Amino acid sequence: MSILARALAACLLGGLLGVAQAAERPEEIVIGITAFLSGPASVFGEPGQAAAEMIIDNINAQGGIDGVPVRAIYVDEGAGGEHVVSEYRRLVQQEGVSAMLASISSGNCNQIAPVAEDLKMLNIMWDCGTQRIFEEGDYRYVFRTQANATPEMVATVLYLLKTKPDFQTIAVVNQDYAWGRESWKIFSTALKALKPDVQVVAELFPKFGAPDYSTEISRLSALRPDVVLSTSWGGDLDTFVRQSAQRGLTGMSTFVLPLAESSLQRLGKDLPEGVIVGGRGDHYFLHPEFRDDPAFQAFSAEFREKTGAYPIYPVFHMAQALAALQKAYEIALENSEAWPDTEALVDAMEGIEFRGLTRPVRLREDHQGLEDQLLGTTVHSDTHDFAVLDNIMIFPADPITTPVGQISEEWVETLDPAMLEMEVDTYQHGQ
Amino acid sequence: MTPQLLWLATLDGVAYAALVFLVAVGLTLIFGVLRVLNVAHGSFYAIGAYTAASLGIAISSGGLPGWLSYPALILAAVLIGTLLGSLIERQLLARIYGKEEVLQLLVTFAVFMILEDVQRLVWGVQPYFQDTPLRLLGTMEVAGVFYTRYQLLVLPATALVVLVGLRLFLRHTLQGRVILAVTQDREAAMAMGIDAHRVYLTTFVLGASFAALGGALASPTTALVPGIGSDMIVLSFAVVATAGLGQVEGAALAALLMGLGRSFAVYMYPEFEVLMPYLIMVVVLLIRPQGLFGVAETRRI
Repeated sequence: MSILARALAACLLGGLLGVAQAAERPEEIVIGITAFLSGPASVFGEPGQAAAEMIIDNINAQGGIDGVPVRAIYVDEGAGGEHVVSEYRRLVQQEGVSAMLASISSGNCNQIAPVAEDLKMLNIMWDCGTQRIFEEGDYRYVFRTQANATPEMVATVLYLLKTKPDFQTIAVVNQDYAWGRESWKIFSTALKALKPDVQVVAELFPKFGAPDYSTEISRLSALRPDVVLSTSWGGDLDTFVRQSAQRGLTGMSTFVLPLAESSLQRLGKDLPEGVIVGGRGDHYFLHPEFRDDPAFQAFSAEFREKTGAYPIYPVFHMAQALAALQKAYEIALENSEAWPDTEALVDAMEGIEFRGLTRPVRLREDHQGLEDQLLGTTVHSDTHDFAVLDNIMIFPADPITTPVGQISEEWVETLDPAMLEMEVDTYQHGQ
Repeated sequence: MTPQLLWLATLDGVAYAALVFLVAVGLTLIFGVLRVLNVAHGSFYAIGAYTAASLGIAISSGGLPGWLSYPALILAAVLIGTLLGSLIERQLLARIYGKEEVLQLLVTFAVFMILEDVQRLVWGVQPYFQDTPLRLLGTMEVAGVFYTRYQLLVLPATALVVLVGLRLFLRHTLQGRVILAVTQDREAAMAMGIDAHRVYLTTFVLGASFAALGGALASPTTALVPGIGSDMIVLSFAVVATAGLGQVEGAALAALLMGLGRSFAVYMYPEFEVLMPYLIMVVVLLIRPQGLFGVAETRRI
């Protein structure tokens, strides 16, 4: 018997055994998680991983999922897209993972979605923001357990127009890569639709990872726009905010920073008062509806003990992805006696509603999650040594998310200024 | 472009050029003497920056007076340049001076990769920030726009001191002339009794210290994240190539050209900001392939 034939026979046998075992309870549930553990985006990956470890430990401490313990294997997105895809295949084909949580980078999500479909692997896009995937393709195995760039940007525009309706000029300073460009496109289109008389006075896209924004800041200081938008994050955002604050620009213009929730603790009181801050969803460690909830407080305290920091949005996103997966197992186990295989899990994910740490999220028929959006304005208080949020608004996901079957760029153009009348839950400080 | 904007763009360009010059001058000095293109130079920049920030944090958390953060910047540069620089020169580079250029490049690249990971192990991946030196000096208003005094005065002044000091050192001191002699003709210098290996060590430590100083001086203005070293090394390669390899004054002029080119681009064609330094490099090299100040070398057999 040739080696090839033997290998083939072994595969066949293994395959048959696999099918036979599918109905039986496994010894453990292995899931793969991709996250940036190196590079600039590890500001999100590390807290995400810490959250996953903590949540999985807690699941296992309570006996696992229906008695089966969960184990995670982590893949570093910082090693590049090709590495992530090949590791992805390896985890699916050799490590026998039951589900994949991928990924933080939109580029990686774009690459992985068709691979997951091809491998017939349940893939939860746990953090990436690109709105394109479900607008441009139809997937059975791919789900997103949070919002995408469109509701995030539309909510930001609405918050800005509700709190500062009379501004005339705006400038943008975004990172020069896909997210910086795309988020500005959605933001500016939505802004023009909702307030056509706004004038864009500067569009600046400094290099990703730029260490210095002094020239941009000088130019903006000379222009004095009413509003400065930046969707930057991580070290780039920290540097831009600090250099702007040092040179008084934050006093001249209203800063709008849709991702700054993830920088609050690092920036300390260098982030001045009066800055509009978002958290990619209703993510905020002092969420007005949950800050007094014991489970929420316990999670926050435990996370702080483990990492030294309060949870930021990737932590919330991770909690949502794992909550959805856990819920899918529950539903599948209710539906059938047998241990769920991928197909049963994927069926259970359809239209699922689950709750991570904050408001519940529901998946639509296109697998896009409907996640509410929280924004607020910074104030300094004695309770924390960094800026916290006041005048918090939580925008309901449904009206600000692109309807199923439509393309964001076209839909955003059709937004009606009447949208500004939308009922929004608003929370003032101390309430 | 109004006169006000012209002013602003010039000031921004000069401040930026000062930092780039400090890193590039170390790189070009090392190449001039050792004939090794040192990719690990970017690591000296990054580690110098992190060390300065750590010292600054230690000073402020220890309750010591804030002005101490200035000597801390210099201390960080000297520490990293001397310790890390001499370690790498003695243990690694000394073994490969006679070898092929490709090998030298690969070895310094490997060192760079290793140091990137060391940096991550020591300082982690969360952004670091320490701006006491910058805060101490406050801001000043120029043409209606606020600038930090640190950026407007300290950075260009340091670069100027380094440029003039280096020139005096190389032309008017014995040690400096010895370095120049080795740069001109290593064999002849050795035949005259100059200890080339010592010169190599001194030069490498000096060059590494300049890079670390660039990092230390940059640290109060920016958030330190993994990868800052690689960005700087690419830019300083461009400066060194534009200047002509081994040219100190050339590095100053090239850094200034690129700093100004970049800041004027932000005012006029922001899309060209990132491209500008490399565009300048290409234009210069098309006209003068040996660089602005470079001398065409006759190939020695």
